[in-house]
Amino acid sequence: MSEVITTRREEVRPSAVSIALERLTLSIQRLPLHLAIIIFAVVWLAPTIGLIVNSFRSFQDMGNSGWWTTLFPPHGFTFASYQQVLNTENVASSIINSILITIPATVIQLAIATMAAYAFAWMSFPGRNLIFITIVGLMVVPIQMTLIPVLRIFVATGLAGSIVAVWLAHSGYGLPFEVFLLRNYIGSLPREIFESAEVDGAGHSTRFLRLAVPMTVPAIASLTIFVFLGVWNDLLVSLTYLGNSPNRPFTVVITQLVTSLGGGWQFLTAAAVLQMALPLAVFIFLQRYFVRGITAGSVKG
Amino acid sequence: MDRIITAGIAVVAVPVVLLGYLILGERLLERLPQRLQSWFRPYFWALPAIAFAGIFMVYPTIRTAILSFYNRDSTEFVGWANYNYFFTFPDTLLSLRNSLFWLIFFTIFSVGLGLIIAIMVDRVGYESIAKIAIFLPVPISAVAASIIWKFMFDYQPPGSVQTGTMNAALGTVGQQPVAWLVNKTTNNAALIFVAIWSFTGFCMVIISASLKSISSEILEAARIDGASELRIVRLIVTPLLWPTITVVGTTMIITALKQFDIVYVLTGGAYDTNVIAVQMYQQLTRGGHFGRAAAVGVVLFVAIIPLLVINVRRFQQQEEMR
Repeated sequence: MSEVITTRREEVRPSAVSIALERLTLSIQRLPLHLAIIIFAVVWLAPTIGLIVNSFRSFQDMGNSGWWTTLFPPHGFTFASYQQVLNTENVASSIINSILITIPATVIQLAIATMAAYAFAWMSFPGRNLIFITIVGLMVVPIQMTLIPVLRIFVATGLAGSIVAVWLAHSGYGLPFEVFLLRNYIGSLPREIFESAEVDGAGHSTRFLRLAVPMTVPAIASLTIFVFLGVWNDLLVSLTYLGNSPNRPFTVVITQLVTSLGGGWQFLTAAAVLQMALPLAVFIFLQRYFVRGITAGSVKG
Repeated sequence: MDRIITAGIAVVAVPVVLLGYLILGERLLERLPQRLQSWFRPYFWALPAIAFAGIFMVYPTIRTAILSFYNRDSTEFVGWANYNYFFTFPDTLLSLRNSLFWLIFFTIFSVGLGLIIAIMVDRVGYESIAKIAIFLPVPISAVAASIIWKFMFDYQPPGSVQTGTMNAALGTVGQQPVAWLVNKTTNNAALIFVAIWSFTGFCMVIISASLKSISSEILEAARIDGASELRIVRLIVTPLLWPTITVVGTTMIITALKQFDIVYVLTGGAYDTNVIAVQMYQQLTRGGHFGRAAAVGVVLFVAIIPLLVINVRRFQQQEEMR
């Protein structure tokens, strides 16, 4: 491909020696490119690797030497940090909380969003465009703008601090983006399929459940991963609506430990590794869906 | 145990209830005359979503705007007092300045590096591996990323062993260690860098996807005409990528303005690192002042409105092309 750069059309046929020379200069010219990529890759990878390595070291080692020294023997790997973090108050139960928050929140919002997306894609009604434009606008409204009134609603209804509150809040915040994305996807399905089903006497619920939903599975799958990780990684929503409630998730507990422990927070390396294990596993095993979700959702705010 | 049961019930019950809502609702709708049916049906389908968006986004946004003109516990109208406070108090002004830093430097570097890396890896055989390395921080939560970088930035007094990667690296070239997160000349840059590290992969993936759609014939033609690689990138690739760059750019600007997690976990806004979003949370929890907190939220929202307009316009253009 790039050999073309130096080859001119009007050139006479070069000898073997000059070809070899040219190749050599080319690869030397490309050396900075490779070097730059390698430097970027190392800088972007090293911090995460450093954390993972540190999480398997003793507290004493962490205080006495950098993580890179462990790469050479004696390694001195230990699970002490993991033991300590799992025995720290609230940590184990907050991991369970994270699961209990994330799964229902994801299911609720995607179910509601798919239904609405079908209506916006295949039904025409007065106000459709206006409502949909509002939804597009809502995608970028900062959560901060909603915290106080929503908190008051939760306090007034007795939901503050409960797990239901965060399910509902996450669903509300996630919906605009999901409706937007799914409506574009469902709307791009072939019209003929829906029309012929209608001719065959299939009602909207049949067309939705038997046609639209099965054909939207790829989009829903990407979105599920995206939403799931968004809720799993969330801090602000849970911090605001759950605060110190026993229902608070892992991210909130880690944050509280970081800010409350002056020194001796080294064992939190293990907590961070546990927290990011799920997202990283999802990324590694479901990479295609993950990346597709991101590129499709590039308008997200 | 109770919570596990509640969650289990929710996971099963919500789709079942929705399904029941759909099927029963459709049964009822089908009894209505045709005209009424087509009138009611769309609202019936979109109602749950509209209700959620209304309760959790539209109503609170309007309500917050109103509350920003009221006092601490929203009992008395105070006019512009909360905004006056925001734009005169040094602490809040500082967070405004820092958010501006975030907006400029985070956006330029995350998008810029994303673009440069996408173009660079496009030219080598090990593209996918290089991209995985750059993308790896994206799925990591801001909380975990903050802990990762707390270790990177770790500081020990000069003379003792530097266990933080950055200061150890400085030590090998004979420099004094820097207290990255405390030192006021470095801490904002350090925090912004953590976010750049997190989001560059995100920008790269999107830009890379659109890079692949540029026809290789154009590039070949330019190369045959003897254009250098740098000229090709500057005069052909970048202009063709521009629509994607603006989309990614607006997303990053919004991310920068809304930035909360990294600052909250790493410094809590101390040592002159506060940003608007953290400021708002502190006014709400530490200060307990709903009026001021609401005003900070409104400032943040007003800053985002131009981007909201851009997004809506772009959507309308896309609709016209459908």
